[in-house]
Amino acid sequence: MDVFLQTLVSGVLIGGIYALIGIGMTLIMGVMHIINLAHGQLMMVAMYITFVLYQYLGLDPYVSLFIAMPALFLLGAVIQKLFLNPLLKVDSILPENQVLMTVGIGMVLTEIVRIIFGSDYKSVTTSYSGSVMYLGDIAFNTPMVVAFGIALALTAGLFYFLLRTDLGKSVRATAQNKEAARLMGVNAERITVLTFGIGAGLVAAAGTLLLPIFYLFPDIGGHFTLKAFVITILGGLGSTVGAIFGGVVLGIAESFGATYLSMDLKDVVGMVIFLLVLIFLPGGLKRLTKI
Amino acid sequence: MSFFEAIDITKHFGGLAAVNDLGFEVRQGEIFGLIGPNGSGKTTVFNLINGYYPLTGGNILFEGRQINGLPTWKICKLGIGRTFQVVKPLRRMTVLENVTASAFNHTGDLKVAKAKAEEVLDFCRLGHKKDFLASGLTIGDRKRLEIARSLATSPKLLLLDETMAGLTPQEQGEGVELIRKVRDSGVTIIIVEHIMRVIMNLCDRIMCISYGMKLAEGLPEEVANNQDVVEAYLGKE
Amino acid sequence: MKNRSWAQLIAPLILLAFPLFVDSDYYRHVVIMALMWVVIGSSWNLLAGFTGQVSFGHAIFFGIGAYSAGLLKMHLGLSPWWGMLLGGPMAMAIGFVIGWICFRLRGPYFALATIAVGEIFHLLFKYFNNFTGGMEGILIIQTFRSKLPYYFLALGLAGACVLTIILVMRSKWGYYFISIREDQDAAESMGISAFRYKSLSLMISSFFTGLAGAFYMNYMAFIDPEVVYSLHYISIMAILVGIIGGVGTIWGPAVGAFIMVLVQETFRSSIFGLAPDWVSEAHALVFGVLVMFVILFMANGVVGDWKKITHLFTGKKQAPSTNGSAA
Repeated sequence: MDVFLQTLVSGVLIGGIYALIGIGMTLIMGVMHIINLAHGQLMMVAMYITFVLYQYLGLDPYVSLFIAMPALFLLGAVIQKLFLNPLLKVDSILPENQVLMTVGIGMVLTEIVRIIFGSDYKSVTTSYSGSVMYLGDIAFNTPMVVAFGIALALTAGLFYFLLRTDLGKSVRATAQNKEAARLMGVNAERITVLTFGIGAGLVAAAGTLLLPIFYLFPDIGGHFTLKAFVITILGGLGSTVGAIFGGVVLGIAESFGATYLSMDLKDVVGMVIFLLVLIFLPGGLKRLTKI
Repeated sequence: MSFFEAIDITKHFGGLAAVNDLGFEVRQGEIFGLIGPNGSGKTTVFNLINGYYPLTGGNILFEGRQINGLPTWKICKLGIGRTFQVVKPLRRMTVLENVTASAFNHTGDLKVAKAKAEEVLDFCRLGHKKDFLASGLTIGDRKRLEIARSLATSPKLLLLDETMAGLTPQEQGEGVELIRKVRDSGVTIIIVEHIMRVIMNLCDRIMCISYGMKLAEGLPEEVANNQDVVEAYLGKE
Repeated sequence: MKNRSWAQLIAPLILLAFPLFVDSDYYRHVVIMALMWVVIGSSWNLLAGFTGQVSFGHAIFFGIGAYSAGLLKMHLGLSPWWGMLLGGPMAMAIGFVIGWICFRLRGPYFALATIAVGEIFHLLFKYFNNFTGGMEGILIIQTFRSKLPYYFLALGLAGACVLTIILVMRSKWGYYFISIREDQDAAESMGISAFRYKSLSLMISSFFTGLAGAFYMNYMAFIDPEVVYSLHYISIMAILVGIIGGVGTIWGPAVGAFIMVLVQETFRSSIFGLAPDWVSEAHALVFGVLVMFVILFMANGVVGDWKKITHLFTGKKQAPSTNGSAA
């Protein structure tokens, strides 16, 4: 029973961070109708920023949040403005050319990082990296708990932004119907830039929060891109609330998989479930970002 | 055996009945007009006939054979062609290639298909534009292309969905002439149209629907003077 | 247009004569790899560029082909050359099943599904190591010391693949494929079974990709799941080769394959030792930048936008492009 509870707890905790990854991806999907295959790579960049700040300036990862998030917001906004929006005017044979562009962007980000830092594993070991709190017999890894809390706070902040502010409402309007939003006076292009920035900022937070627990290497981006779209489609099929659900589900599934199944097979199960959801729960996919 | 028959067809979207217990018959060789106010379910009827949507209830018989439940492409192979209200040109193919692709419906031979396509294009007076990319056509020519493409599948029954909307009066005149020519070549036609002049001019019989239900059916003058039909269009006094 | 048909005649002749003039094993190897990528890129392009179904999972078929050859050797002691017979049909059969599952999805959702299936294959081949050799992979002994037999085999494969695609695209199937790409609903209403023809396109595509995989096993003599089922080094590379050369053109992927392999080799050798060492790490970076550039400024790739490129240099105004059409 303790093993079971322990597994559940760590699953939920990691799920909170996964939710951040998923929400960022979902926002981008909802507003731009593209799958951002550079999502994990953006996270990887944020992790390296945090790593450098810690290594050379001794900055605590939680302080780095305030640098990594704005930096990635900017990077995301620039990507949308310079590389994705211009494609709307390009007549290409494959309508997926924006998605393919994100593949190229992901590749370039990974390779730049590889050239600067090399392929070897890095990690940030803080004084609290290994610390553990107990509630009864259940162990809570302290950085995970802190990360979970911050993830919750960020999610709440995002919801406040989307539901209560005019700008947030414009984002939701654009997600529901770009043309109509444009006719209502929403600057759709600016909204897409803003949205990609927010998505990148959120995934940056996830990366920074994971760093005290995870090791880091350039190709980690690809792994997390895969995770991001699994989360997005598993949970609620594109809705922001669903992404939270999807993140927690994936977290729990992974946690149980690691405890009760082999590591490799656990990933297979995740992919098969993903495929089944994708194929047999369609339609929901089209109702993107309905909060 | 009737040529084409829709028996109490019904289509629900969620809780909403877009088409409700609608029954009608089309005789071979006639032009059958389908009219009704916006949102009355005309295009839905077409989407049901050619299998784009599955029926919620009822049956559709074509030449005595039940066709509901068949996929769209098979219904086309049986001899029902259609055009789309929002035209769907195959943009990065030339006009000739558009129609040739269609003309493969009953042949596997490129030469035969091409010859058929050229013939249809001349018939639709689009022959001089056969090497244009479909994306570069004017709206009038796109509508012609839409008709040409469906004709190239050698249909026995042709569903025309608002082929006149957005055309100049002169183009409309040419369109009417073209549709008559098609009928005279032996194709039965069901036409959805908003422009009453065109409908009154072309159709042998008309059915008017509103909220997916039949209001009236009969000769053009009868339907046009029907009290329910007038009310549906203009609202009650 | 005239220049281009000349190029189409001369390029195969140059490739045929190449090993007569160049006896460096290294340069022969580079061209062999390029030819293998011609096969993979062209196959991907038949499905994605001509039929409009973007696959992120072509590593599946490459891997199936490679393992068909490798497993025959490992379990039955048969020559891995039998894999050249088995690999294509095996990949084609798997392709049919994958199509049956995934073609319910359209557009980007199809692409996502192929990533997932690709990962499933990757992980399964890693996991069932009793059957597949797992992470240790399969090691065989090359049949030939010389590069020549491999060279002509690769050239033959590339030729057969491109020729098949040319013939298919000139037939009813080709017209149907492009119709589906342009508008699936319109195609259905023209009597085209989108499902059937998408499957056919996928089966041809997977057949040749499987052949390329079987060839890879025989030529490189070593495979493991990380290489042949790699999302990045096979599936995505196939896409990039297609994009750079020109999606939806016959010769685009062939040109893209040579560009990709040349960029890779040029940078891997630090621009022939002239540049500092770190440049050797940059080949993937350069390739990624090239892809971004092409998507932004040459949506139809080097071959598709060839006129645009030449007119850039001659200063002439460009004529409206008419590429992507069947004829």
